[in-house]
Amino acid sequence: MITTVLDPTDESRPASRTVGPRPGDLAGRTVGLLDIAKPRGDVFLDRLATLVAERGATVRRYAKPTFTKPMPADLRAEIAAECDVVIEALAD
Amino acid sequence: MPGVALPDDGLVVVLKQDCPTCRLVAPVLPGLGATVVSQDDPAFPPGVEVLDDTALDTSLALEIDVVPTLLRREGGRETARTEGWDRARWREIAGVADLGADLVDWKPGCGSRTHDPAVAEEVLVRTRGHELAARRVELAGLEDEAEALFDRGWTDGLPVVAPTPPRVLRMLAGTTRAPDEVVAVVPPNLVPATVEKVAINAVLAGCRPEYLPVVLAAVEAACDTEFNAHGLLATTWGAAPAVLVHGPVARRIGVNAGGNALGQGTRANSTIGRALQLVIRNVGGGRPGEVDRATLGQPGKVGLCFAEDEQGSPWEPLSVSRGVPAGASAVTVFAAEGVRGVVDQISRTPESLARTIAGALRGVAHPKLAGGFDATLVLSPEHLAVFADAGWDRARFTAALDELLLLAPEELARGADGIEEGMPSPRRARPKFRPGGLLVAVAGGGAGKFSAVIGGWVGGPGGSSPVTRVIEE
Repeated sequence: MITTVLDPTDESRPASRTVGPRPGDLAGRTVGLLDIAKPRGDVFLDRLATLVAERGATVRRYAKPTFTKPMPADLRAEIAAECDVVIEALAD
Repeated sequence: MPGVALPDDGLVVVLKQDCPTCRLVAPVLPGLGATVVSQDDPAFPPGVEVLDDTALDTSLALEIDVVPTLLRREGGRETARTEGWDRARWREIAGVADLGADLVDWKPGCGSRTHDPAVAEEVLVRTRGHELAARRVELAGLEDEAEALFDRGWTDGLPVVAPTPPRVLRMLAGTTRAPDEVVAVVPPNLVPATVEKVAINAVLAGCRPEYLPVVLAAVEAACDTEFNAHGLLATTWGAAPAVLVHGPVARRIGVNAGGNALGQGTRANSTIGRALQLVIRNVGGGRPGEVDRATLGQPGKVGLCFAEDEQGSPWEPLSVSRGVPAGASAVTVFAAEGVRGVVDQISRTPESLARTIAGALRGVAHPKLAGGFDATLVLSPEHLAVFADAGWDRARFTAALDELLLLAPEELARGADGIEEGMPSPRRARPKFRPGGLLVAVAGGGAGKFSAVIGGWVGGPGGSSPVTRVIEE
């Protein structure tokens, strides 16, 4: 159930959180590739790993235990601690 | 009445199946020619065409209080109404001489379903929700509500009550002021705070609606330039706004002036001061580590509120000595650091006890600093009795303290008593407190020869002055 609350602040900050700024290039950065465990996501991510590595990035691979549930909090913390950029494979 | 299809001329009966009186009158409805409106069951009553009002729009538009209600409309206006079953009135309004001949003369009705607690919140939002202008934020279904409110930075570190639209509307019922009225411009970001924004933060803090007028007055007082909330927030010193409540409102809403008045356990005390601090945090943008640069802070920064025990004190109330008409309710907002107890279980003369209290007050900020920091003295009933029984009134007591707190230059000088801190080259005696820099309030439980000193902050134009506001109710 969604709970609606009224903003107690001066409303100068966005109500919902936004994605971080996009990096100019990937050279020297750590890129996490997250497989959400849908079929053939690994095929897409294998190809991405090659392309990203060619651009000078360090690639780290992660996978959710199942696509049917939200990512475990520990995995989210691990990715946040280890990566500069994350690419998530969503499609079948 | 928008969205409501009622005839301009004719009879209207509003009822619900769940009401025994409505079931009683059901047999008289066929042949009455009335528009029958059912609040709960469109199949009730049988044998007549029923206008389905399970959504309650018609009942709300007609302001139905009791069912059954019979009313007559002429030319689009209501000209007669009766509630419950009153055979004579029904016959008169309907113009049917033998109506309900088989029924009892009279039977009271039931409450309209618009008053049912199960739908009250939804009805409240439907009828009054348009008054709310604050941005609506949706918490995702998988978010824990308490955690979500922490995550958004809206709390002081303790859990808060989620400010849902029904809760905020109920809070707003605590004042007659319009939700969009600007209460004050809140430092440090100088943001105009509406009654609605204050009400939202009062919900967060855990206030009841009847506390809202006190919170509004406290916000006004704290945002007065004399109080200098920005400076008080920004200083590395640990004081914060405290709220002292005066007058009959304190007893009516239950602000504790007795045992443990400065402690935990009384909802009004715990939440009113907190609501003020949450307004400064959330509306004004004053947060620890940002504009709030306190070195240590103190636990009362979560919120400190208490009332003066005016009934238990023979003295003129502090509010009256500050210009509030006797009998009026008011708040005084003052800068407060932590509370420190003063023990004297031996003194039975006012002269002796005054010396004890002066000794304790001298320690505010530093025993060798004078004229800078303000303070508040909370005098307990047992200590007050020593002065009152000897015939000392408030003026005599404060005059005695002024005399005892006139500090000799040789005691204040830097280096004196082997302490480098002190006043630079004092040549004359200096009062510990500037004129008006010491507030004296009476509060506390009946047992205990203990009073309390609440140190303040730099007083006067270079710092913060206590501000008193009459409460608009």
